[in-house]
Amino acid sequence: MGRIQLEEVTVHADTADGDLLVLDTTTVDLTERRIALVGPNGSGKSTLARLVNGLVEPSAGRVLVDGLDVVDDGPAVRRRVGFVFTDPSAQLVMPTALEDVALSLRRTHRDKTARRAAAQLVLERFGLGDLGDRSVHALSGGQRQLLALAGVLATDPDVLVADEPTTLLDLRNARLVGDLLLGLEQQLVLVTHDLELAARCERALMVDGGRVVADGPAADVVAHYRATA
Amino acid sequence: MTTLPLGAYRPGRTWLHRLPAGAKLLALLVTAVVVTVVRGPLSAVGFVVLATALVAWSGAPLRRTLRSLRGFALVAVALTAYQAWTRGWAPAVETVGDLLGMILLATVLTTTTAVDDLIDVITWALGPLRRLGVDPARVGLAFSLMIRALPTTLEIALQTRDAARARGLGRSPRALLVPMVVRVVANARATGDALHARGLGDD
Amino acid sequence: MSSSTPTKTRTRRSTGTDIALIAGFAALIAISAILPAIKLAGPVPITLQTFAVLLTGAILGARRGFLAVLLYVAAGAVGLPVFSGGASGFGVIVGPTGGYLLGFALAAGLCGFIVERLPRRAFAAPAIFAAGLFSSAVFIHTLGMAGLVLNADLTWSAAFDVDKVFWIGDVIKNIAMAVVAYTVHRAFPDLLPRRRPRRAAPAA
Repeated sequence: MGRIQLEEVTVHADTADGDLLVLDTTTVDLTERRIALVGPNGSGKSTLARLVNGLVEPSAGRVLVDGLDVVDDGPAVRRRVGFVFTDPSAQLVMPTALEDVALSLRRTHRDKTARRAAAQLVLERFGLGDLGDRSVHALSGGQRQLLALAGVLATDPDVLVADEPTTLLDLRNARLVGDLLLGLEQQLVLVTHDLELAARCERALMVDGGRVVADGPAADVVAHYRATA
Repeated sequence: MTTLPLGAYRPGRTWLHRLPAGAKLLALLVTAVVVTVVRGPLSAVGFVVLATALVAWSGAPLRRTLRSLRGFALVAVALTAYQAWTRGWAPAVETVGDLLGMILLATVLTTTTAVDDLIDVITWALGPLRRLGVDPARVGLAFSLMIRALPTTLEIALQTRDAARARGLGRSPRALLVPMVVRVVANARATGDALHARGLGDD
Repeated sequence: MSSSTPTKTRTRRSTGTDIALIAGFAALIAISAILPAIKLAGPVPITLQTFAVLLTGAILGARRGFLAVLLYVAAGAVGLPVFSGGASGFGVIVGPTGGYLLGFALAAGLCGFIVERLPRRAFAAPAIFAAGLFSSAVFIHTLGMAGLVLNADLTWSAAFDVDKVFWIGDVIKNIAMAVVAYTVHRAFPDLLPRRRPRRAAPAA
């Protein structure tokens, strides 16, 4: 199992109104298989998740994934860490479903025909086998999030970070994607407002005002969040 | 409502479909030069007839072809009238005929060639520019992203227009344009993050 | 405050984001050219194409702005129906209005070049408006007329008569462009490297 370490990490952001403290001297060591990040909007939990693959870089302190520094070993870390966003539309970058998955496989499959065949297999694994030639734009919200997930898992990462992956989905698709995520063999860092989903993880962190305010077994942290929110 | 005339590619089995994309692109470029060099109304008429025949052969739907010519029609009428008035009918037929022929040929190219293959050709053709700092793979990626962004951007444009109307600001340029551009930037940034997360900015 | 890190901006500016911005704005220009003309002011319907072209320069800066317009023109040239009215193909570039298309890329580059260099206190809509109008005069109208002369066999004076039809629309579009560009820069202050501390000017 992987290990994610934040050592006294502080994050500042430049905004139109000047400097903003987003995350304040945070130190955590994550070794559990499934870790949930909960907390109100704007609390800094998304920033914490984005630190794990270098989408956000720390202003001070450092972030390590399996001992690799996210800033110094950026490319190596990103090969290890997959990321799923809230809005799959932003994540899907190619015109058709098959091409999008194929794009992820560029590094491992040089030959175009082989790449397409491998991408087709990935689509089938996610129940999207018939939609390969479909325009990404014409897929339903649930299908898009599944496809985004397929595109990320195609590269076989060790860690998957998911930033509110079910927020835009209807109840049925949210459940489908949620179950799929929790059933993965990879280490999962899950940012979510779905407290039932969070409670099914091994560990949860509650973030508020740029600090981790509660940390422990998921059920306890979720109960604490419900009591204080 | 506005629809994108994209996906102009029509799968088929004609000889035109099987021709490599690079050959077709090259043929189009060569024709453009030849047509500009060869003078006279007769050759222009012949060119249009030939191009029309190719369009028919390629299986391009008549309706869409005509629709795509609608924009050109306005220019053509004005240009024909102007040329005929100032320089006589022969130059008018030549200029407009050559242009019409080129547009028809371009239609043949899009009808018979998948965009994917075209991007491959472009990426390949840019190979020699590598020394000047051009990264063909990045250009190919940019092409794909742009095609991907077309329907999204159209949706954004229509949504912001509806939102402006709903607030009674349907004619305010600021309410129409600012949210649209802000969302285009935000979208592009999210896509950039996704590229980055998938390790695509690294190599 | 930690003094070990020289910069504070922690939003990444990666190649991926640059490519996405270039592609996104190329698509914006395409949609502006395809959308039916809207009546912004007065009875003359104008398309948003030149608006989008100069806006691209003003928002993305010289390099990315130039590349975005180039991508748009190239996409149309190889057959995507993204030129005005849904036209496409290399034929349009060698056609009578081809000069305008080539002028677009250079104008966006010039507009971005100027906007990037605006001193901080002059960074406001009027200065951006001036940059847009100047760029469009230097490249779009001149190359546009050259295209008419070369490809449509017009005389220079006839080309001038055609070209001047666009002038009033141009001024209006540049006003809109400047207002939008200024507002978008306020929403995303880190889009241009402009706000970085200025280094000493290199010797010429």
